[in-house]
Parts: sequence; C-alpha cells; structure tokens
Amino acid sequence: MGVFEMVGTVVRSVFRKPATLMYPVKTAKITPLSRGHVVIDVSRCISCRICQKKCPSQAIWVEPKEKTWQINRLRCNVCNSCVETCPVKCLTMDTHYIPSVTVRPGAELFHITYVKPPKPEITAESKD
Amino acid sequence: MSRQIIIPFGPQHPVLPEPIHLDLVLEDEIVVDVIPSIGYVHRGLEKLVERREYTEYVYVAERICGICSFVHGLAYCQGVEGMMKIEVPERALYLRTIWSEYSRLHSHLLTLGLFADVLGFENLFMNAWRLREHILDDMEATTGGRVIQGSCKVGGVRRDISSEKLDQMVSGLNELEKEMKELTEVFLRDSSIKSRLCGVGVLPKKEAYEYGAAGPTLRGSGWSIDARKLGYAAFSKLNFEPVVETQGDCYARCAVRAKEMFVSIDLIRQAVQKIPDGPVEVKVTGAPDGEYFTRVEQPRGELVHYLKGNGTKNLVRSRVRTPTFTNIPPLVAMLKGCELADVPVIVHSIDPCIGCAER
Ligand code: SF4
Ligand code: SF4
Repeated sequence: MGVFEMVGTVVRSVFRKPATLMYPVKTAKITPLSRGHVVIDVSRCISCRICQKKCPSQAIWVEPKEKTWQINRLRCNVCNSCVETCPVKCLTMDTHYIPSVTVRPGAELFHITYVKPPKPEITAESKD
Repeated sequence: MSRQIIIPFGPQHPVLPEPIHLDLVLEDEIVVDVIPSIGYVHRGLEKLVERREYTEYVYVAERICGICSFVHGLAYCQGVEGMMKIEVPERALYLRTIWSEYSRLHSHLLTLGLFADVLGFENLFMNAWRLREHILDDMEATTGGRVIQGSCKVGGVRRDISSEKLDQMVSGLNELEKEMKELTEVFLRDSSIKSRLCGVGVLPKKEAYEYGAAGPTLRGSGWSIDARKLGYAAFSKLNFEPVVETQGDCYARCAVRAKEMFVSIDLIRQAVQKIPDGPVEVKVTGAPDGEYFTRVEQPRGELVHYLKGNGTKNLVRSRVRTPTFTNIPPLVAMLKGCELADVPVIVHSIDPCIGCAER
C-alpha cells in the first residue's frame, strides 16, 4: 500500500508547529559555539598583524602606524582563525550573524585605543 | 535515420542545483549522445595552496565543497599529517569519524530531497530537508558551523565533544532513525517513485568499473568498494559492510543512499561507545616536506587529495580528485539511449556536486 506510506507524517505535520522560522524577523537558532561575526576589543589590540596574516580570506587589514583595524565583513568567511591566533585574545566570535545587506558596505574601521604601558623605570631600589 | 538535434541542458536549468552543461544529441525523444562541459564555477582553490600557510589552507580545503566540507578538511589534514609523520590522538580520530558520518547523513538527506524534487514529489523533498535540519543542528552545536564545520586541523581537531553531548546526539539519532525509516520507505516502496526510477539509466557492472564510477554510483552497480574500508580515522576499529545494490539503475543508486544512512547511524553509535578519553590534538611544529596521497570516502564517493610540500610553510601543489568528476563519464554512458524526460533524474542519480568537481 504505497499510497498510505506518508499518512503518519502528514497527520503529524498538520498538528506540529512549522519546521521553518521567519528569519530575519525572528532570530536564527544559535548555539553557544555558533560562529556569527568577529568582534574586536580595541583597548587591548597590540597591532601585531598576526590576525591579518592568518586570515585565509584576507578580510582583515591592520595599520600599526595609524592605529586602525579594519575588517571587510563580506570577505570574512567566519572561520575563527583570527580569534584562535590573536596573541592577546582581543578578538572574540559573537554568536549572532551579521544582517544581510543590499549594498556592499566596504570595510568596517576600528580605531585601536591600546596604549603601550610605559616601561617600569629601573631605579636604584628595584635593582637590589 | 531520423534527424538529429542538439538540446542544451544547463548550466541554468530548474532541476540543477549547480552548473553543468550537457549538450544532448537527440533523435526524436531519445538521447543518442551527450557532450558534457564544466567550467562555470572554477575558483582556483588548488592554486591558492601556494599563497596560504599549510595550517590556514584547511579552511580553504573545507570550502571546496559546501556539503562534504568536513571530509575535504579531513582529507587535507590527513595528507599533511602523513607527510609530517604526525601521530593524531585516538580521541581526535574518533571525533573525525563521527563528524564525517554526520556529513554523510546530511549529504544523503540533502540529495534524496533534491532527488524527490526532481521527480516532482515536493512534500517528500521538504520532509527530507526537515530531517536534515536536526543533523545540522547537532553539527552546529558541536562545531560552531552548520555546513562548514571548521573543526578539523592539522594534528587533531579543534573542539572536543563532551560525553553527555555524545549521548544526547545518539539518543537524538535514535529518534531520527524512526522518522528516517518512514522517509526511506517512501523512496524504496512508493509505486510512483519506482515507476520513475526502475530500469532508468542503467549502468552495467563492468562499465561502472571501467568508466571509473565512484561511491553510491559504483556500489549501485554491484561493486563492494568503499574507501572507508581502508581504515582511515577510526574506521578500522568499527564494524560495517558497504551497502551494495546490483541493478545499476537510478533506483539502485537511490536505495544505496537510503540504506547507507542507517549504516552511518550505526557507525556513529559504535564510535560513541568506543571513543577513548584523552587529548584531541597534538602540537604541530615544522613544515611539510615530501608528497602524499590520501583517499577518503566522501558521501558521493572516493575523494583523493594529493599534496606536495618543499619544507616551507606553503605547500607547492595540491590536487583534488572529487567523485563527481569521475562520475561524469559513467553519467554519459547512462544517458545514452534514455528518453529526454528522464535526463534530469539520471543526472541527479549520481548526486552531482559541480562546485567540488571544479574547485
Ligand atoms: S574569521 Fe576567518 S575570515 Fe573572518 S576575519 Fe577572522 S580569520 Fe579572516
Ligand atoms: S587583533 Fe590580535 S592579532 Fe590582530 S593585530 Fe590586534 S592583537 Fe594582533
């Protein structure tokens, strides 16, 4: 009786709530591990450019002289490589996806506010 | 002899998820010859290996394909590990096995859904994709990515799965198995599906081997060849038999996929039972030097990665042979002599993944 093979599924589907979600009106399902987008803590970045080197899609551009950190969100493929390799852990992966866009927004620019702490002065007392 | 006409099929066609172009030479409604051509989605990913460090190229290798991404990452990592003689911890091997079987489940559900769509059975398509969503949810919860997992790395895996989560995954699969039984019953027993598939696109056993078919296309023609039997990752420690069908038609290929899903569930169960404790990665230092061939079983068939390094951080050559690529000559053989209306079904029965084939 091949005709009735799906009757159970059909009946269940009638009474169940929809399997789909009205994204983006409702937020997407996310888990604590979901890779949404990269967030930088500008107060801790030491402009070492490691993230730029380790990014497989060349989405990050760091200018140590101008103290800027740029990311092109449309180039970034959210692979987590920069987050893993940043030596001071100032990059984190947020679990929310960036909203879809209709025009290319270009790179997002951040101004690094990290200031290198002055070297502790070597005084006569600390030497002893 | 009647007049021959050529009908172009693809690269844009309602039934094709990906661009392949076939020139169908017809006599009346019968296909007498097929000229395939690809080259619409070439991205030059093999060349990119020279510009990315070998540890970063994993991310690129994963993006060769959007469906079997984990298996590509696994094959690449295995290649580099083989070249550098890295011993991967046991637990990482088991985790890789679990994730690659999850990929297989998700790929087969996807392709069976698309297959139903090609047949015009819309609600079966939606039902298959609804089940696939559960698999993707588990993938996201354990790796952070729905389809691009990014959890494989040279020297192990990036994330561990806790034993509670593993148990949860297995009980979730047990639930899902019941629904999947119902789904596959429809594929295997429904009379309208059978009438569209049985005896269509027959690939005889001898030709399947000679034309170099791979994966379910090969096993649907009676060959018990499965690269998982090579015993990479933890497959050597798990019990399973490749699913084989002998008719060689579209129905057989569909049946192989439908039955393989249950083998995958069983493999995951066994792996979760046997998984040892311990670290999941080793520290990797140095750079790869030499050459390496690795073979793994993708959902679509045997995948080969060839890697060559010269002792620097960048590899000098990567060559990927994907199963879809080798399945194109068998596809041409299947299409000869079929009716025009059956072409979409036959093309789908090899589960074409053109993005993979062109890299
Ligand atoms: S997540 Fe990956 S692609 Fe995105 S910026 Fe970081 S390294 Fe680059
Ligand atoms: S974000 Fe991290 S890796 Fe990138 S420049 Fe700043 S400190 Fe270095």
